[in-house]
Amino acid sequence: MAYEEQVYNKSFDLKIWAKLLPFLKPYKWRMFIVVLMMVLTAAIDVINPLFLRYAIDTFIEPGTLEGIWPFAALYLASILFQVLTVVVFSYTATYVEMFLGRDMKRALFVHLQELSFNYYNTTPVGYMMARTMSDTGKIASMAAWSLVDIFWNGLYVLGVFGIMLALNWKLALLIMLIVPLIAVATVFFQGKILKANREIRAANSKITGAFNEGIGGARTSKVLVIEEENCSAFQKLTNSMYRSSMRASMLSASFVPIVLFCGSLATAIVLARGGYLNQQGLMQFGTLSAFISYALGIFEPTQQLARIFADFISIQASIERVTGLLEEQPNVTDTPEVIEKYGDAFHPRKENWEPLHGDLEFRDVTFRYPDGGENVLEHFNLKVPQGSTIAIVGETGAGKSTIVNIACRFFEPTDGQVLIDGRDYRERSQLWLHSNIGYVLQNPHLFSGSVRENIRYGRLDATDEEVEAAAKLVSADRIVNRLEKGYDSDVGEGGDRLSTGEKQMISFARAVLADPPIFVLDEATSSVDTETEQLIQNAISHLLTGRTSFIIAHRLSTIRKADLILVVRNGKIIEQGSHRDLLRRKGYYYDLYTKQFEEEAWKTAKA
Amino acid sequence: MKQAKTQQPPKQLSRAGFMMQTMRGSWGWMLAAAVGTVLAVVFNFLTPQAIRVTLDSVLDSKPFDLPDFLVQWIESIGGRSYLAQNLILCAAAAVVFSVFAGGATFFCRISMSKACEGVLERLRNRLFGHIQRLPYQWHVSIQTGDIIQRCTSDVEMLRNFLSGQLIEMFRTIVLVAVAISWMFTMSSFLTWISIAFIPVVLLYSGVFFNLISRRFRTADEAEGTLSATVQENLTGVRVVRAFGREAYEVKNFDEKNNRFATLWVKLGKLLGPYWGIGDFVTALQILVIILLGTREAVEGRLTLGQFTVFVSYNSMMAWPIRNLGRILGDMSKMSVSIDRLREILNAGEETEDPEGLTPDMHGDIVFDHVSFGYEGTPELLHDICFTVPAGKTVGILGGTGSGKSTLTYLLARLYDVAPGSGKITVGGVDLREMRLSHVRKNVGLVLQEPFLFSKTIQENIAAAHPERPLDEIRAAAKIAAVDEAIEEFPDGYDTVVGERGVTLSGGQKQRVAIARMLMEQTPIKVFDDSLSAVDAETDAKIRAALKTGMSDSTVILISHRITTIQHADCIIVLDDGRIAQQGTHDELCAEDGIYRRIWQIQNSVDDMPADGQGSDPGKEVSALGV
Repeated sequence: MAYEEQVYNKSFDLKIWAKLLPFLKPYKWRMFIVVLMMVLTAAIDVINPLFLRYAIDTFIEPGTLEGIWPFAALYLASILFQVLTVVVFSYTATYVEMFLGRDMKRALFVHLQELSFNYYNTTPVGYMMARTMSDTGKIASMAAWSLVDIFWNGLYVLGVFGIMLALNWKLALLIMLIVPLIAVATVFFQGKILKANREIRAANSKITGAFNEGIGGARTSKVLVIEEENCSAFQKLTNSMYRSSMRASMLSASFVPIVLFCGSLATAIVLARGGYLNQQGLMQFGTLSAFISYALGIFEPTQQLARIFADFISIQASIERVTGLLEEQPNVTDTPEVIEKYGDAFHPRKENWEPLHGDLEFRDVTFRYPDGGENVLEHFNLKVPQGSTIAIVGETGAGKSTIVNIACRFFEPTDGQVLIDGRDYRERSQLWLHSNIGYVLQNPHLFSGSVRENIRYGRLDATDEEVEAAAKLVSADRIVNRLEKGYDSDVGEGGDRLSTGEKQMISFARAVLADPPIFVLDEATSSVDTETEQLIQNAISHLLTGRTSFIIAHRLSTIRKADLILVVRNGKIIEQGSHRDLLRRKGYYYDLYTKQFEEEAWKTAKA
Repeated sequence: MKQAKTQQPPKQLSRAGFMMQTMRGSWGWMLAAAVGTVLAVVFNFLTPQAIRVTLDSVLDSKPFDLPDFLVQWIESIGGRSYLAQNLILCAAAAVVFSVFAGGATFFCRISMSKACEGVLERLRNRLFGHIQRLPYQWHVSIQTGDIIQRCTSDVEMLRNFLSGQLIEMFRTIVLVAVAISWMFTMSSFLTWISIAFIPVVLLYSGVFFNLISRRFRTADEAEGTLSATVQENLTGVRVVRAFGREAYEVKNFDEKNNRFATLWVKLGKLLGPYWGIGDFVTALQILVIILLGTREAVEGRLTLGQFTVFVSYNSMMAWPIRNLGRILGDMSKMSVSIDRLREILNAGEETEDPEGLTPDMHGDIVFDHVSFGYEGTPELLHDICFTVPAGKTVGILGGTGSGKSTLTYLLARLYDVAPGSGKITVGGVDLREMRLSHVRKNVGLVLQEPFLFSKTIQENIAAAHPERPLDEIRAAAKIAAVDEAIEEFPDGYDTVVGERGVTLSGGQKQRVAIARMLMEQTPIKVFDDSLSAVDAETDAKIRAALKTGMSDSTVILISHRITTIQHADCIIVLDDGRIAQQGTHDELCAEDGIYRRIWQIQNSVDDMPADGQGSDPGKEVSALGV
């Protein structure tokens, strides 16, 4: 199902911004320095024209160069001072931006570690990534640079208005008529441009999607000979992209001239009216030129101000997204009493942890996924004595992992209990249980880093010898020895540099190192070469010995060895029993079995 | 392996050639944009002039500092006193200039957009079309993600360059040219001084920017690592939780997160002085011009009016020049993008041979001593010889890697048999002598892993024939035994497939693909393991429907399931790229060989013994009530 992005508030809402305060607090002094530096820079910007005035009045008008060196030195000093403020300003702002961003990223990351699987199952990784990485970045850079900008520009505009009002209030009011015009135009255009840009992004993602299909589906297109049809469909997309882009260009191209026009209109008014006043002797020449330079100077900041405000609306959406994620509540939580005794995910109290033996029982368990309406388990009872193996079979997407998810407490039963060693597992902490589970996924997930680091993930304090011993135990050492740098070989992002078979062997070693009383295996369906296949088989039987295990099974041999087979279809357990019983029943398991294992039959026949 | 005549000798584009080709059709708008830029720059110069003249010469009493013809014109309408009485005229002049400037800016930006968006539209279409026409081999060898990245990000890069940097660059150059030519009319000495700073500023910005960009790269990489760490944590959430590694993950994240932040702060420490020094050089230039200008003015080589104008022009061009250095430094990124796009466009397309034959394809299919291997890999098919008589059905049985899919690729001419490695004929005509599209339009092929487009089911089935009525589509779906399943979806045939809609099961996907192929009504139909995800019963139903529905077509069924092919007129057993056995089901069952062994295994799952190793009498698994 497509995950729809929420549409956020379009009006300015201070309450949302207030949520940023706790993040800003540690940086308030640095932010103050940023503002201070900006004020100093601006002050020098204001003084700068005076140097020119001074040069004209003191040297050119009287026609003398006397005193030009002290003048030059002073000018140079002001330049140097400004350079200094720029250096301090940019450094401090970068500091605030980066560390504020770091803090927010951390808060999100830590929170994500606590959220339940339910959240992960319904939220694409891309959205979590966008919140953690880009939204936080946007907010931080806004706080470091734009917040200061808005403060500064606002003050500047107010200050200049103050002066203009003091100089000649009537003329000032005339200009003030124009300023709101610019602000309104800016907000109006920014709104339209934002909308047009959204259209462009939509068109752009359609084009990306079309490339995706055009490249991914190219083989099928060739077979169907529909290349030209695809091209003409694609041309419609690029053409609509062209039109949206032109609409946006039209808007942004008219915006700047309109603002400039407003500005020059204001200047013209001052020129005509002020000139008249000057002729009447009601306004001094100096005042008039000051007025004009102020009038010219006020429009840029006004426009900036309006632009930043418009930007703030989109930043506000980022804040909402970030705080929305932070406010998301996990739906599998430990009770305060449990945390009191066993500790939480980050501060475990291992001294209070009981050892886990491995008896597991589903007692009258009813379950439905938090986002689904139908019960997938109803009054389900299952006793799994320590050391037994449960195989779960069914078609792809039939819901085989449900049982495993509940057993591991990734989800909790809607009704009923899961008992571990005779006690409801909710009486112990999640970390306690998880520390006692070994998990091997069908597409084993490895982390960037070396083979050694990946195996050690099973037990962080394991020595190199222990890591290697674990690998040897499941024969993963034979895989590792084939790699160029052995245990120090880099596995690549997500383990990409290794084949699925190799990744599996390493994840087996990882699980063995953890030496968990409960073992969960999601068997791979992908074909591996015969030798690796043999290695994997051995590793699995090694891992199963003496442990309570759940296997989402695809291999004949594993299934046959299981103590109990659960057959899943459409999310529900429809048959259960031993391999022989189930075959004899000639039901769904029989069908599944004949279909799923023909490929294996081929191998068997050739062997 | 040679691809005979299906591939054009690729003509290699150079970077410049690429740009020229890409810009073709947009030169007119580019020129318009250039003209617009010049006009905008000129009028932007004039607006402050109007105000200055009014202040200095109308309200104050300085002489008009204007070109002679304007001064004469002002005198002719009544000179200063006239203007002073009609100040509104002066104000109007300022407004008019700014309207012109605005108009020119608008015109310039619109022209530039037209040029740039036109370029992008054509470039995207060209890329897409080119990719569609690239041979099958290319599509097998590429990483989809990488190519999509190029078609989107690199194109976007080009767009940013064209719509932003290029015009900015041009504007700066025009601005500088206009400013300098005006400055020369006042003082060539000062102008030369001012010009002397330009290379310094350019070099400083360009060189330093390049230097810094290396640091940027490290910081970007740190961000990449951080991003990857988060991504891995999120996608590996099951592993993290199952091992209870939350605290470890946070520690690891903190390390990367701090490194990223610290690197940037370090970069900030460098950037500060960079900006500072840049500002300093620019401000220094202004200072030098003011000092020297003052001397020139004092020594009478420059009037006061000229002095102020000169100084203001000088500062007007100082900042854009600084920016120019940065743009130049940035351009190196562009060439990387261009290279990546060129690489795609330089791959050779499949070409249609207009001379190719278009015979009737209802004849016998003959594989005549065909050997084949993919480019750069050892031979996969060895000396394959068999005949499929017109209108008959042949079954091919083979395991993974036996080369059975490759046979179908050769038949649909997705690859060509190399000259001298045998030939495939239909009705006696060599496939390679036929027109490519003719072959593919007559060979209906259902791929092993069919791709469904994210459109409605109806659109998918009618992909090649969008004009066909729903009845026909449903008829095809019925033969493929998928009509019922489709009708069960809430939107029926209008159900959208894939990410944006319903996820179909493997079996449903295969059946939709079969229906899609049936719509083509080809004389030759090939099913490449297309029923593997379908249960045995449905498999039989589909085969029965096929038999009655299209008795005149020649069918090739590929499978690793014997029941799928056992009723074929002839069965070929393919093993390691060679024909191991050939005959009817009964014949093959009578022979001692792979076929019989597989038949026995697949036919007797009931009797398969359980190994009995796993059941330990000591443990009892009790299961109550499901």
